[in-house]
Amino acid sequence: MIEGILIGLTTALTFQNILMVMVGCFFGTIIGMLPGLGPMTAIALMIPITYGFDPATGLILMAGVYYGAVFGGSTSSILLNAPGVPGTVATSFDGYPMAQQGKAGKALAIAAWSSFAGGTLSAIYLLFMAPSLSKVSLSFRSPDYFALMILGLTAIAAFSSKGQFLKAMMMVVLGLMLASVGQDSLSDITRFTFNNMNLTDGISFVLVVMATFAMSEALTIILKRNDPTSAAKQVSLTELGSIKINKEERTKMYKTIPRSSVIGFLIGVLPGAGATIASFLAYGMERNVVSDEEKEKFGKGSVNGLSAPETANNAACSGSFVPMLTLGIPGSGTTAVMLGALLGFGVQPGPRLYMTNPEIFWSIIMSMYIGMVILLILNLPLIPYIARILAVPKNYLIPLILFFSVTGIYVMSFNNFDIYLMIGIAVVATFLRLYDFPMPPLILAFVLGGLMEENLRRSLLLSNGSWEFLWDRTLTACILATTILIVVWHIYKTFKKKN
Amino acid sequence: MNINTTKIISLLFFIFSAFYLYTAYQIQVFAFDENAPFNARTFPIYLGYAGLFFSGLKLILPDPNTIKVDHKNLEYKKTGILILIAIIYGATILKIGYFLTTSLFLFASYYFLGERRWILMFLLSFPFVAAFMYLLHGILDIYLRDPFLQSIGVMG
Repeated sequence: MIEGILIGLTTALTFQNILMVMVGCFFGTIIGMLPGLGPMTAIALMIPITYGFDPATGLILMAGVYYGAVFGGSTSSILLNAPGVPGTVATSFDGYPMAQQGKAGKALAIAAWSSFAGGTLSAIYLLFMAPSLSKVSLSFRSPDYFALMILGLTAIAAFSSKGQFLKAMMMVVLGLMLASVGQDSLSDITRFTFNNMNLTDGISFVLVVMATFAMSEALTIILKRNDPTSAAKQVSLTELGSIKINKEERTKMYKTIPRSSVIGFLIGVLPGAGATIASFLAYGMERNVVSDEEKEKFGKGSVNGLSAPETANNAACSGSFVPMLTLGIPGSGTTAVMLGALLGFGVQPGPRLYMTNPEIFWSIIMSMYIGMVILLILNLPLIPYIARILAVPKNYLIPLILFFSVTGIYVMSFNNFDIYLMIGIAVVATFLRLYDFPMPPLILAFVLGGLMEENLRRSLLLSNGSWEFLWDRTLTACILATTILIVVWHIYKTFKKKN
Repeated sequence: MNINTTKIISLLFFIFSAFYLYTAYQIQVFAFDENAPFNARTFPIYLGYAGLFFSGLKLILPDPNTIKVDHKNLEYKKTGILILIAIIYGATILKIGYFLTTSLFLFASYYFLGERRWILMFLLSFPFVAAFMYLLHGILDIYLRDPFLQSIGVMG
C-alpha cells in the first residue's frame, strides 16, 4: 500500500495535476453556486476537455470540479437559501438563518472548515478502508436499503421543531407523492400525469428544490416585507460579520466533525445513497445527540447544525468513490458520470483496479486530499467578498433569485410548463411555510421516493408479497429498531415536556 | 375542535390524499401484473393511505402550537404582481428569447419592488443578462434558444 501511496503522490503532485485540481476547484465553485448547475453538469461539461489528457489527470480535474461544486452549492445555500446542489440542501437549514443574523462570513468559514475536515478525514478512511468497505457495501440488500430510507425520513420528521412531527410527516408523504408522478420505473406505466406529456418523465429534483427553497424564500421575503417581526432580520442581512470562529464554536465543531464524517463516509460508500442522504442523516443524528439547549438552536443558526451536513456531504463525496473504484458501481449520480468518463479512457474499474492501474487509483485518492487543501486556500480568503452578495438590496436580490431559479429550470428543460409548475409549487410552498410546515422533509422524501419504491418492489417480489422481509435479516431489523427508537424517544420527549 | 388555518390545510391535504388514492386505484396495470405482489399502483396506494392517516391525525388531535399569521402586515399585492411577472416571463421566454425576456423580467421586477435608480436598474438587467448569457452560452456551451437575437443577427 505504501508503494501505491507513493505512486499516487508522485502522480498527483506534478505541476500539471496540481494546476488541474486548482482549475477544477475554481470552476466547480462557480458552477456549484449557480442553481440548477450541480456537480453532475459541471463534470459532464468537463468530459470532452479531459479526453485530451491521460486518465489520471482527467479524473483529478473531475475530482476537483466535484469538490468545488459541492462547496459552491453550500455558498448559495447559506447566502441565498438556494441550494445549488442537492447535497447542500441541509446546509441551508442553519447556514441561512446564521446569515440572516449577520453572521454570513462566519457561516461560510464554518462550512469551509467543516468541508475540509470532512474531506480530509474521509480521504484517510478511504486510504485504509476502501477494499474492505466495498465488501460491506455489497452486503446491503433491498430490504436494508428500504429500512435505511424509512430511518432517514423518520429522523428528519423527528428532528423538526417542537410540535411539528405530524406536519413534517405530511410533508414527507407529499414529497413521496410528488416523486411518484411520471413513468413507473419498471413497467413504464404513466402515473398521475393526467395525459400531460410534460409530466411523463416526472418532476425534476432541481425544480422542486428551486420552488420550495429559493423561489418560495424570495416570495416569503416580499410577503413579509412590512411584518415587524421580520424587519429586524432584514436589517441584519446587510451585516457580513467576522469570518473568525471563536473557541466555543471550535469546540462544538471538534465534536461534530468526527461523527458526521463517519456517517457521511459510510453513507457515501453505499451504492445509490450519496451526499444528499448523508447530509440529512448527519443533521438528524447531530440534533439527536446534542444537549437540549443546543437542540433548540437547530434551524435557527446552530453551529453544529451547519457543521454536520457540510462535513457529511464532503465525506460522502469521497465515500462514493469506493464503490466506483473498487466495484465499478457508482455511489451517486455524479460518480456515475465519472464512471462513464473512466470507461471512456479505457479503464475498467473493479477490484483489480489497483493492480492493473495503481497510478489511477492512488492518484485519485491523493488528489482528493490535495483538492481539499486547495479548495480551502482558494475559498477562505474569498469569503468576505462572496458574502457581500447579502449586502445587495432586497429590491435587486429578490428578482435575481427568481431569475436564477427560472434560468436553472429553463436550461434544463427548455419548457414553459416546468416554469409554470415551479411557480405553482413555490406559491403552495410559500403558503405552507407561513403556517410552519417544514420543507426539508418534503425534499428528502422527494429524493428518496424513487429509490424507496424500487427497494420495496424488490423486497416484496422476493418475499412473494410478505412483509416478513422487514425482520428476516438482522441488518434490516436493526435499522428498523433504530427507527422505532427514534419515534419512541421523540414521543417520550414531547410527553415529558408537556408534563 | 378548534378550527384554525393549520386544520384547514390538514383538511385540504386529507381531501388531496383521498383524490390521490382514488387516482392511484385508477392506474392501469398490465393484466399479468394485476395480482402481482407489487405493481405500478402498489406504492401510490400506500402513500394515499399514509396521507389520509397523517392529515386525519392532524385534524383530530389538539394543536397546542397554533400559528397565527397577521394578514394585515402581509404584502399580497406586490407578491401577486411578482408572481404574475414570473408567469409572463415563463410564457414569453421561448417565443421571444432568453435575453430580452429575462432583461425585461428583471427590469420590471426591480420597478414593482419600488426601485427607481434607473441606471442601476438598467445595468443589473440588460448588460447583466448579456454577461450571464455569455457565461452559459459562450463559455459553458449550454444552448440558449433566442429568436430575438437570431432575428437581429447577434446569435447564429
